[in-house]
Amino acid sequence: MIEAKNIIKTFKNGPIETQVLKGIDLIVNDGEFIAIMGRSGAGKSTLMYQMSLLDHPTSGAIYIDGKDATALTSHERSRLRLVTFGYVFQDYALLPELTALENVVVPLLMQGMSEKDAAARALRALQRVGLHERPGNLPSQLSGGEQQRVSIARAIAHEPTVLFADEPTANLDRESSDAIMEIFKELHGRGQTIIMVTHEDEYGTLANRIIRLDDGRIVSS
Amino acid sequence: MNSLFTDIRVGWYLALRQVRRASKWTTTLIVFVMVLTFLDLVVVTGVLVGLIDGITNLYRTQETGDVILTALDNKNYIENSAQVAALIKGLPQVETVTERYSSGGTIEANYQESAGDLNTKTNETGASFVGIDPNTEQAFGKLAGYVKEGSYLSENDYDAVLLGSLYVDRYSFGKMPSLTPLENVYPGSKVRVTINGNVREMTVRGILVSTANSPIAQRIYMPADELRLLMGRTDNNVDEIAILLKPGADSGVFRDTLLRSGVGDVAKVQTFDEAIPNGVGEVKDTFAQIGNAIGSVGLVVASITIFIVIFINALTRRKFIGILKGIGVTGRAIEVSYVFQSLFYAVIGSGVGLLVLYGFLVPYVSAHPIVLPISAAIIVAPVLDTTVRIALIVIATVIAGYIPSRMIVRKNTLDSILGRN
Repeated sequence: MIEAKNIIKTFKNGPIETQVLKGIDLIVNDGEFIAIMGRSGAGKSTLMYQMSLLDHPTSGAIYIDGKDATALTSHERSRLRLVTFGYVFQDYALLPELTALENVVVPLLMQGMSEKDAAARALRALQRVGLHERPGNLPSQLSGGEQQRVSIARAIAHEPTVLFADEPTANLDRESSDAIMEIFKELHGRGQTIIMVTHEDEYGTLANRIIRLDDGRIVSS
Repeated sequence: MNSLFTDIRVGWYLALRQVRRASKWTTTLIVFVMVLTFLDLVVVTGVLVGLIDGITNLYRTQETGDVILTALDNKNYIENSAQVAALIKGLPQVETVTERYSSGGTIEANYQESAGDLNTKTNETGASFVGIDPNTEQAFGKLAGYVKEGSYLSENDYDAVLLGSLYVDRYSFGKMPSLTPLENVYPGSKVRVTINGNVREMTVRGILVSTANSPIAQRIYMPADELRLLMGRTDNNVDEIAILLKPGADSGVFRDTLLRSGVGDVAKVQTFDEAIPNGVGEVKDTFAQIGNAIGSVGLVVASITIFIVIFINALTRRKFIGILKGIGVTGRAIEVSYVFQSLFYAVIGSGVGLLVLYGFLVPYVSAHPIVLPISAAIIVAPVLDTTVRIALIVIATVIAGYIPSRMIVRKNTLDSILGRN
């Protein structure tokens, strides 16, 4: 379970301060599929970055299974991101000089797995997203949809507690987007907790709860 | 689990693939820079030291041999020379022995043309004369090989001299203290030699040309008996006995053998290292330091090159570094990957440099020394010195690779992912 308590995030640009999140309270239970939606600039991605420990809130706290994650050291947060979370970014974020398989292998190696075991598990993850026949392709040899599937395989290979996805279909065509959402549905069907930021209503409705943000506040939940 | 070992393993995994899939041109260029750095560091110093080694080597092959006997400081010649030479020739380590007379004097040229003409400048100079047995000297130092004009002395030559190149104006480097090169002197020219007040007209048989610092260039050779007469020496005691040892014989050990035999009572016994003129050792050290200074500049340039390459690489990959950190890869693992990449450039560059150095340059330049005015230079590159220089390159490169990666890795993870400054 992830709990956000009175999260405030303020960005400073010289003398100008912009409060992007204005006291967010949110609880995500295990196995939930949450869609965070809202207009551009509403604070959707910023909220996800706080909850996924990629950023520090200006004030407030994030509890992961009851433990205050804002009090963790940088090293502990990094460890938590490696083991407990999985990330799918809008622009796939694959390392260009690594093949599809190698991109999935890296975080597994970081968890101390042997290269052989990591490769076997990475291949299984690629199989789950339907890319097991092209493990040796470099990202440049894959379409946008295929790259995003590799990104999902990387995010789920270590079986994270929570999968974070930041606008995972934003750069994809309709067909690829549908395929990605099918994977998310399938993952959720197996009990995977998913927190997804999206601005597309159609995909938001696939979640079992939609959090709507406006001007840094939750307006509906 | 998240140990240094894991960081190194992941760093290696990333580095291996980054290097393998990097642009071949970029990799080739960086490796080329590293090869040049290696050669700059090793060869420049090696040639500078080799210049002086070239001089030392010239003294050994042309004058001193491996061990040389000269008169004691309080004597004018080596007493009992014949017995000493016979003793030496009987020793198993000895290859060749040459006995020489030597004396200072003057030599004058074109005196016939300028006789009675008070306006003509005197064409005369102080000189160092050496009396030799032509055949023995040829066996010892291949003296005939240095004859560029005219011919070598023959066994029955009389009143004939070989002039070292510094005595001939067209080969010399201008006036030197106590040596004014002779003008218009060619094989067949008459010269007037004055030694110990004895004057004799002689004929230039040939001109010996070698580098300026070689003993041959600085001496005038004539048959031993003739110089002995000119010196007014009535016995057969000589001034120098130079000994060439068989390959593998140690000059220091041989010197000690002679000293134990009592030769030290009648002659100064020195190895070639001990006999080379004062200052050569200091010049050698100086040149080595200059070489190191030049090499250090090369090292700094290479370090900056690696720094820039890694910095640009890390900067353009800042987003990916952010993502790696975002998904839990430690900053240390990412830094290690860049250190491994730098190591790759340093090791491959040094490896290629080693091949070029020991596979081509050293043997080639040994066989074909670089002939420079002061010496025929070879490349002196002892393995230990080369190893130290490789270590320097590796350390400098690793630091140059680590610093920029550290600078980029330390940036805020989310800022890196989002491309924010």
